[in-house]
Amino acid sequence: MNASDIGQTLRNFIGDFVRGGVHFDDNQNIFQAGFVNSLFVMQLVLFVETKFDLVVEHEDMNLANFSSVSALIRFIQSKQLVGAKA
Amino acid sequence: MSEVLDRPIRADAQVLAAWIAAEIAPRADELDAAQQIPPALFTSIAKSGLLGACVPLSYGGAQYDARSILTVCEALGRASASVLSLFTVHTMISSAIARWGNSAQRALWLPSLAGGETIGALALSEPEAGSDTGGVRATLRRDGESLVLSGVKTWISFGQVASVFLVSAILDGRVAAVLVERDNPGVCVTPVPEMTGFRAGMLARVEFDDCRLPATSLLGNPAFGLSQIVGSVLDHGRFCIAGGSAGLARACADVAIRHARSRLTFGRPLAEHPLVQRLLTDLMVDSRAAWLMCLDAAASRDARRPDMLVRTSAAKYFAAQAADKCAASALQLHGASGLAVGHPVQRYLHDAKVMNLIEGSTQIQQMLIAQSGMQWLQEWGI
Repeated sequence: MNASDIGQTLRNFIGDFVRGGVHFDDNQNIFQAGFVNSLFVMQLVLFVETKFDLVVEHEDMNLANFSSVSALIRFIQSKQLVGAKA
Repeated sequence: MSEVLDRPIRADAQVLAAWIAAEIAPRADELDAAQQIPPALFTSIAKSGLLGACVPLSYGGAQYDARSILTVCEALGRASASVLSLFTVHTMISSAIARWGNSAQRALWLPSLAGGETIGALALSEPEAGSDTGGVRATLRRDGESLVLSGVKTWISFGQVASVFLVSAILDGRVAAVLVERDNPGVCVTPVPEMTGFRAGMLARVEFDDCRLPATSLLGNPAFGLSQIVGSVLDHGRFCIAGGSAGLARACADVAIRHARSRLTFGRPLAEHPLVQRLLTDLMVDSRAAWLMCLDAAASRDARRPDMLVRTSAAKYFAAQAADKCAASALQLHGASGLAVGHPVQRYLHDAKVMNLIEGSTQIQQMLIAQSGMQWLQEWGI
């Protein structure tokens, strides 16, 4: 899956959770903007793991990896790169 | 629906459930009376493999899937809510370390948690913060290479015997999760006796008085402390309590139906009276519905779907209330005898109340489901 497809998949998932259906852009911090509730981050981690077939490890648990669509695309691609090399 | 109903159960989980029925259930009232699990039973429980259910195989555990965990919790709920509580809090700790611990923390804690040499307990609740997990007042401050923990935790299940606590506390303005050994000089454990439900839950108040910890005690990234570590711990606990509640509801139905068939009133069995049949119908339907909600949650958990969180909340919400309702009906059918000290029905009644309070009260589940149940609404095209 390329960056464009990953981004669209993420936007669709996150869009379902955003309160009031407000618009958000790829670089916007979805946690700081208060768009989502407390369960969302757990659901996001589960979604990323199952949809992109990767494991979010202890050391990956950094808000910088999950804060925006752009950050998530970078994180997912870096994990896929590591998986491909292994 | 076959994905939900026909999932296989591991053979070792079935053996464990049978062991629980044979060894724990007959002793439940004795444990309640003594308000403890005696050391010899702890040893038997450890030997049974119960405590390693959520520890990976590579660390000496059984690494059960959700369907198998559910089988064990249902059996425990039928047998003894107090032992269910032990399983719940112990596996909350072991699954959190397995999922979010670093390799050193896993190697340090998981083998002994699996074998039962270490008992784990969860220290979240405080005198002024229960369901409001974000309202904790316990603090962690950095001091050189150490962390210093201060605060009071209460209603800590199995706090009397736990050798490691997973504690929530504020660090740098965020809720963090930290592992604390009982024999740390700053830890003071005081038993909390005479609870009316989960009476053998060995509750304690735990005070941390400038308790100095190595920085490596932190579990996960503090920035994710509440939302990820504590959230996933509570989610696991909710699943265990959901299964236990379904088991408790079933135990109430079993004892009530047996009594209604054998007890004669006005010249015929209780079960033949129409108003009693209404109670029996609700007992059967509610206990069965609770079990189906739990199976639904288990299927979602085993598929690691994002909706597993809300399905687990829903199962806990429904099953805990079903247990409460079934216990009240069982008592109604037994009359005064059901309230006698030592009668299982009065134990079921008290334990069912607790099911609606722990791992997020019924009202907390209502908030979570209303706020996060949109996956279902999408499924329904709303």
